Amino acid sequence: MPSSTSDVNRDRQRFDYVLRLADSDLVLAQRLGEWVGHGPALEEDIALTNVGLDLIGQARLWFAYAGELEARFAGAGRSEDALAFLRDSGEFRNLLLVEQPNGNYADTMARQLYFDTWHRLLLAELTGSTDARIAEIAAKAGKEVTYHAERSASWVIRLGDGSDESHDKMQAAIDDLWMYTGELFVPDATELVLAQEGIACDASTLLPAWREAIGAILTEATLSVPDATWMQQGGKRGVHTEHLGHLLATMQWLQRAYPGAQW
Amino acid sequence: MERSEWPLWEVFIRSQHGLAHKHVGSLHAPDAEMAIKNARDVYTRRNEGVSIWVVPSSAITATAPGAKESLFEPANSKVYRHPTFFPMPDAVKHI
Repeated sequence: MPSSTSDVNRDRQRFDYVLRLADSDLVLAQRLGEWVGHGPALEEDIALTNVGLDLIGQARLWFAYAGELEARFAGAGRSEDALAFLRDSGEFRNLLLVEQPNGNYADTMARQLYFDTWHRLLLAELTGSTDARIAEIAAKAGKEVTYHAERSASWVIRLGDGSDESHDKMQAAIDDLWMYTGELFVPDATELVLAQEGIACDASTLLPAWREAIGAILTEATLSVPDATWMQQGGKRGVHTEHLGHLLATMQWLQRAYPGAQW
Repeated sequence: MERSEWPLWEVFIRSQHGLAHKHVGSLHAPDAEMAIKNARDVYTRRNEGVSIWVVPSSAITATAPGAKESLFEPANSKVYRHPTFFPMPDAVKHI
C-alpha cells in the first residue's frame, strides 16, 4: 500500500525528533569521554565513563530507529555510523547545553545535573508514547538515567555544601550554564505536532517538575537558583555554539580520514 | 589549600539472593553514599550483584600476618576435625 503524504510527513518529523534525542546523547557522551584518564580519582573516572557509555548505548538505539524512519520517506536510511560521523555541525540537533566544554569538575557536574534531571523527566513521559519503539527505548534508557540523575545531584550537593572554594566554583558553574537550560523547555512546531498525537512530549510541560527538582537540590547544596531570564537557543535548528565544531572534528576525524574504516 | 585523600572503603557484594555478601575489593570515596555509588560503578558493571555493602576499612580489625603460626598452624595436625572421619550409615542419603 503506498503511503500517504501525511504519513511521509509524520515519518520525517519523527526522524527529526528521534535524531535530537540521539544527538544530545552522543555529544554529551563524547564530552564525558574527554574525562577518561583525567578524572579527579580513579573511581570517579570509571563512574563518569560509565555514564558516557550508557549515553552512547542510548544514542545507538535512537540512531538505529532514525535510520529506519529515514528509509520510509527517503528510500534508504543512513546507518548509525553515517549519522554519527558523517554529518556536519549544522545538521546536528543536540541541545546547546551538552556541547559546552567540560571546564572544571563543578562545570561538568552542573551540566550533568541540568541535563540528567531533564532527561529523566522526558524519558518518563516518552515511556507512554504511542510510538512503541520510542516507548521501548525510553523505558530502557530511563533506568540508567535515573541513576545518572542521582549521581550528578550527589556531586552538586557535596561540592556546593563542601569547602568555600568548592562552593564558589559550584555556584559559578550553575550560574554560567543556566542560559543553556531555556531551550530544554521550548518545543518547536515538529514537537508540538508529534506531542498532539502522543508520539513525542511537549517539552514545556516538563519545566515545573524540573524547576522543583533543581530548586530542591540547589537548596540542599546551599547554592542559589539563578534568576537570569535571557536564554540561548538554536540546537534544534542546527544553530550551535562554536564548541560543537571542535568536538565533532575530534569525534569524526577517523571516519572522515579513512571512510568506512571498521574497528 | 588543604589536600587530603578520600577514606578507603571495603566493598562486599551479594551475587545472588540466598548467597552471602563476599569481599570483592576496596575503593576511595568521600562518604558512605558515594562509596555505594562508586562500588556500583567499579564492581557491578558486568551484572555481578544484587546488593552492595561498604564498610570503612578503618573499621576492620585484622589478624596480624606474624601471628600465623600460633593462630592457624595448630589446626594443620588435627585432620580428625574434618567431618569425613565419621562414617555415615548407608541409609542416610543426601549428605
